[in-house]
Amino acid sequence: MRKIKNDVYWVGYIDWDLRNFHGYDTPHGSTYNAYLILDEKPTLIDSVKHYGADEMIRRIKQVIDPSKIQYIISNHTEMDHSGSIDVLLKHCPNAQVVCSPKGEEGLSRHFKKNWNFKVVNTGDTLDIGKRKLTFMLMPMVHWPDSMATYSAEDKILFPNDAFGQHYASTERFADEIGVGLAYDEAAKYYANIVLPFGSQVLKALEGASKMDFDMICPSHGMIWRGKEQITGLVQRYVKWANYESDAQVCITYDSMWHSTEAMAKRFYEVIDMAGIPVKLMNLQTSHMSDVVTDVLKSKVVLFGTSMLNNRMLPTVGALMMYLKGLKPKNRFALSFGSYGWSMVGFKELETSIQDAGFELLGEGKYIRFIPDQDELAKLDSILPLIQAKLAAK
Amino acid sequence: MKKYECTVCGYIYDPAIGDPDHGIKPGTAFENIPNDWVCPDCGVGKSDFKVLN
Ligand SMILES: [Fe+2]
Ligand SMILES: [Fe+2]
Ligand SMILES: [Zn+2]
Repeated sequence: MRKIKNDVYWVGYIDWDLRNFHGYDTPHGSTYNAYLILDEKPTLIDSVKHYGADEMIRRIKQVIDPSKIQYIISNHTEMDHSGSIDVLLKHCPNAQVVCSPKGEEGLSRHFKKNWNFKVVNTGDTLDIGKRKLTFMLMPMVHWPDSMATYSAEDKILFPNDAFGQHYASTERFADEIGVGLAYDEAAKYYANIVLPFGSQVLKALEGASKMDFDMICPSHGMIWRGKEQITGLVQRYVKWANYESDAQVCITYDSMWHSTEAMAKRFYEVIDMAGIPVKLMNLQTSHMSDVVTDVLKSKVVLFGTSMLNNRMLPTVGALMMYLKGLKPKNRFALSFGSYGWSMVGFKELETSIQDAGFELLGEGKYIRFIPDQDELAKLDSILPLIQAKLAAK
Repeated sequence: MKKYECTVCGYIYDPAIGDPDHGIKPGTAFENIPNDWVCPDCGVGKSDFKVLN
């Protein structure tokens, strides 16, 4: 339990062991944040994964008798935030479950129970005593059911997954772990969870801009507080939602016999020598969820693969499928790789790159078996193409 | 021509704009979109759309 404002308590669950969140690599674990507001009608905002129910209830008990809770606000159906509502309802059988219309559908499909729902829409308010909570639907940020809860009296926005980060800590506030680190984790979260929904994020930010808050309490990771921190965070979200990136390059590849790797390293060298920030991400050692975080930041991405049975390597194929769903926009890409006899898989890679929303910078660079010095030197010709794209606004 | 709204995610199909990223030219009425078209934002089919008033 931690008091975060007068009569507002963090009562979530810290998932120290989590290392994989449906494929998203989470080396620091995560938290599922639940917030308890003490008022005439005590209200819980968001809850936790099913296996965190006991810990959440233990924290609630530090503050009040759970049976006193009148409202359980489910801002988002996904089970990392709603998976313990059934257990919770055993402790507070009279509580109403407050959610969006899609939330009611989703929770009913998950739990197959006719709970006492209170369905709310954008602009609806909930009187809990001294406070009036306001709701704002945020469809596709990041599920159809997603919504935010706002407490004007507390000046707190509870936007659920938006602004979250997968980070387990004994601390609760971004400044306590270092705001830079929290921003980095928020970027990774955005890239892996929110990236497809730029226009919906902008709509939600527009709605939030009419609210006055000095604290953002997301459903994962650290809480944001203070004007400076929040402005920095919102500016990042606006940038990402507009699909803007930085003048930097990400080279990601997998290689069978070091030839594609040699090409990747040649690209790395020539781009680095030109003074352009560039990152080398071998898919054997870099997790796909970190690669997409660098895709978020980079204006140009180079994708490399060897040919295995005339196809791109499975690591590259998985990355391309992931990116096809994440739909990054306004970015440029180039394919490269080494092959033995057939090049048909490179066509597939080029198609995958375009399907994921990238514009091809130029013709892919493909070399048979092992590149010689002349062939490697010819790869340098991509530099002006990259420079032109990075210079353009 | 009428606009249609996705009842799942709120995406609005505007026939004046179409959905050129997915092969639907500007000026295509919702009724004339192929049946295998899906909402570009959330992926549900045409049957989940309703006329926008
Ligand atoms: Fe979620
Ligand atoms: Fe979540
Ligand atoms: Zn939709």
